Amino acid sequence: MSEVNLNTYARNTWCPGCGNFAILNAFKSAINELVNDGTPLENFVLVSGIGCHAKIVDYINMNSFYSLHGRVLPPAQAVKLADPKLKIIGFAGDGDAYGEGLEHLIFAAKRNIDITMIIHNNRVYGLTTGQYTPTSPEGFRGRSTPLGTKEMPINPLELMLASGATYLARGTSHGIDLLKKLFKEAILHKGFSLVDVLQVCVTYYNMYEYYDKHVYELKDYNTGDFNQAMNKIREWDYNTEAPIALGTMYCRQADTFEDKFAALGKSGADKDKLIADFLRSAV
Amino acid sequence: MKDFSLIIGGKAGFGIDKSGMVLAKILNRLGYYIYIYRDYPSLIRGGHTFSIIRASVKKIATHRDKVDFVLALNRETVDLHRGKLKKDCLFIYDSDQAKDIALVCGTGVSISAILKEENAPEIMRNTCIIGAFVKSAGIKREILEEVLRKEIPRDIELNLKVAFKGYEQAQELIKIEPLCSDPMPLISGNEAMGLGLVKAGLSAYLAYPMTPSSPLLHFLAELSEKYPLKVIHPESEISVALMALGFSSMGLKAAVGTSGGGFCLMTEGVSFSGMSELPVVFIVGQRPGPSTGLPTYSAQTELNFVMSAGQGEFPRLVTAPGDAEEAYYWAGMSLNLAWKYQLPAFILSDKNMGEGVYSFDINSAGNIGEEPALKWGGAGEYKRYALTKNGVSPLAFPPLKGQAIKINSYEHDEYGITTEESATTVMMQDKRLRKESALSKDLEKLAAVKVYGNKKSKTAILCWGSNKGVCIEAAEDSNLKVIQPLVFSPFPVKQLQKALSGVKKIISVENNATAQLAGLVKSFGFKADRNILKYDGRPFSLEELQNRIKRVLR
Repeated sequence: MSEVNLNTYARNTWCPGCGNFAILNAFKSAINELVNDGTPLENFVLVSGIGCHAKIVDYINMNSFYSLHGRVLPPAQAVKLADPKLKIIGFAGDGDAYGEGLEHLIFAAKRNIDITMIIHNNRVYGLTTGQYTPTSPEGFRGRSTPLGTKEMPINPLELMLASGATYLARGTSHGIDLLKKLFKEAILHKGFSLVDVLQVCVTYYNMYEYYDKHVYELKDYNTGDFNQAMNKIREWDYNTEAPIALGTMYCRQADTFEDKFAALGKSGADKDKLIADFLRSAV
Repeated sequence: MKDFSLIIGGKAGFGIDKSGMVLAKILNRLGYYIYIYRDYPSLIRGGHTFSIIRASVKKIATHRDKVDFVLALNRETVDLHRGKLKKDCLFIYDSDQAKDIALVCGTGVSISAILKEENAPEIMRNTCIIGAFVKSAGIKREILEEVLRKEIPRDIELNLKVAFKGYEQAQELIKIEPLCSDPMPLISGNEAMGLGLVKAGLSAYLAYPMTPSSPLLHFLAELSEKYPLKVIHPESEISVALMALGFSSMGLKAAVGTSGGGFCLMTEGVSFSGMSELPVVFIVGQRPGPSTGLPTYSAQTELNFVMSAGQGEFPRLVTAPGDAEEAYYWAGMSLNLAWKYQLPAFILSDKNMGEGVYSFDINSAGNIGEEPALKWGGAGEYKRYALTKNGVSPLAFPPLKGQAIKINSYEHDEYGITTEESATTVMMQDKRLRKESALSKDLEKLAAVKVYGNKKSKTAILCWGSNKGVCIEAAEDSNLKVIQPLVFSPFPVKQLQKALSGVKKIISVENNATAQLAGLVKSFGFKADRNILKYDGRPFSLEELQNRIKRVLR
């Protein structure tokens, strides 16, 4: 296998020990394998939001669209619709995808558009220096909630399953081989896929030990069974202490938005004729 | 009759809009120029809705207060529009419903009875009253049949039966003479903008429904069945703006449409467009605000908003067309200039212009080409934000072998990689701002300010957008000059200066409460002496503006 150089000259500014390094390295390995398997490198477009996670697009020498906070999916979907042969990978933090950009996430899942979302879910705002996010546990003491949050976290995988996502997986930043495997699977899956990565923020919410103690990899598990997937996803609610399953939690084939959408407008139509025809009918 | 108006009114849901169009097309067949003003409340059924159809031997773009014909589909129409009637006006009404009303003039038709006889649905009150109008106006029955067949293909035989019964019952009271001129396409300002965008190479249109721009979404969605145009109605205006940027990053020319409230949600995308240099055309249909305001009425409230929308400093194109021809031309030009200079462009529309219907002459609208994107030559490493003399960087789109194309909302270097370095920050900000001077030079070649009326008059009416038509006509009455800026950013200072030479008194006419155009021109050193403002959501009628100008001149 030949190694594709994906590095840029941008200086990496993540904290030492940041879980984002695991995502970056696993992702580069996955891309390397996919390129070696025949997908041209230029056929990938990376889209990111704003936050620590988003710097990843500066660190990878591939097509990228460094979007706004919460707005990974609107441009990602447009790029996919503009050229369905492209492989679109969105990177977003938990505040980005599950907070500010939640409406887009639900709609992209509902459309089953062929895009992969990789969520850097560290359950804290890092770049804005330590506030609670939609997946922080109840009682989380952040700088905006010094007395602890008074609300429950959302279970993003449960929400995504209910919304129509056709591939769902979970990994952690301790577990780079599994991450690589899940990223590849998600990218190759035709339809809306999401990998929730329990990525650790060493500075504001260091959960390495907690996750190491609770995670286990799924084995002998039928990924195509909706009810079983829902039960498995509900095993841990991102709040109460419970075993945390890793691996592919759900996968099924379904028609995608871009395929159905492409069937609409007919190409080759002449715009001058279109305008003339309309004006004739308007007399 | 060289210039006459009719009003058709009834409850919302009665099909007033369609009937207004049928009547306009009948008069269009006779060779008259048409303008339709539509008035409807923000509800689906009930409430009073009406259309004023004005026909004239000359080109018009406004309605009159006084009408010659009233087609009353219900009692309310008779009561509400009594004040609008000319002394010798003709009333066409359902005699079965309006027995108790003493009418001075006109013709009653037993519409209810005709519908019952033919077992026709309520909606056919329209065709019946149109039939009666055609007879009373001395118009040939063949024209009625021809237009109905074209406009109402559904249940046409029954519609014709009902229309002919109405026709037979009515009496010929007057004769509208057919003219020699050919009928013209009747289109709305929204449709004109849609055609202009298509002409300039539109590939994607995105919108979340919002009056008064929804009809443009519907129009382009229908066209997309025959033409490779991606029309998408996503989850919110936030998504609309950001999706448009995504299409733009792939080289697909994109436009979006909304009104003030939706545009509020788009402003982060506006600023992103400025920073990432991804061209997008934003169509903003203005209406009375603040906030939800009067959703189905009209105003010129968003000039200041659009001029400064979005955080940070970046160049933009802002235009406001005044009628269907200008809507067509400036929609196309906005898309072209947005792509030529890689910046956001804004078209200020409003309900009067967007939903008003005009006789449209494409030949007088001006030629729109299709601006080819400045493509990258392909030598060396691609830099999305390469520094150039006029600030415009050559474009490339994925997939491009051997290159990474990087778009960025952060301040970035030439490659598109994030930077916080001070010299690069200044260099890139200067690069983006340089595009404005280049755009300004291009605009000097276009009619960014137009002059009408008595060009020697020392008094000038200053107007913009949909007030163009009413100002030109009203100024004729007082023999004044009319000056209409069509571009607001970059502001055409030289052209306005030239237009104002010899002018001693400026009267700014606007549909807002704070004289926003007067405020803008003041910042360039031109002071409006008087303002004529109207902000009740309704457009100026010709008579109303004539009177207000006279009062100001007194």
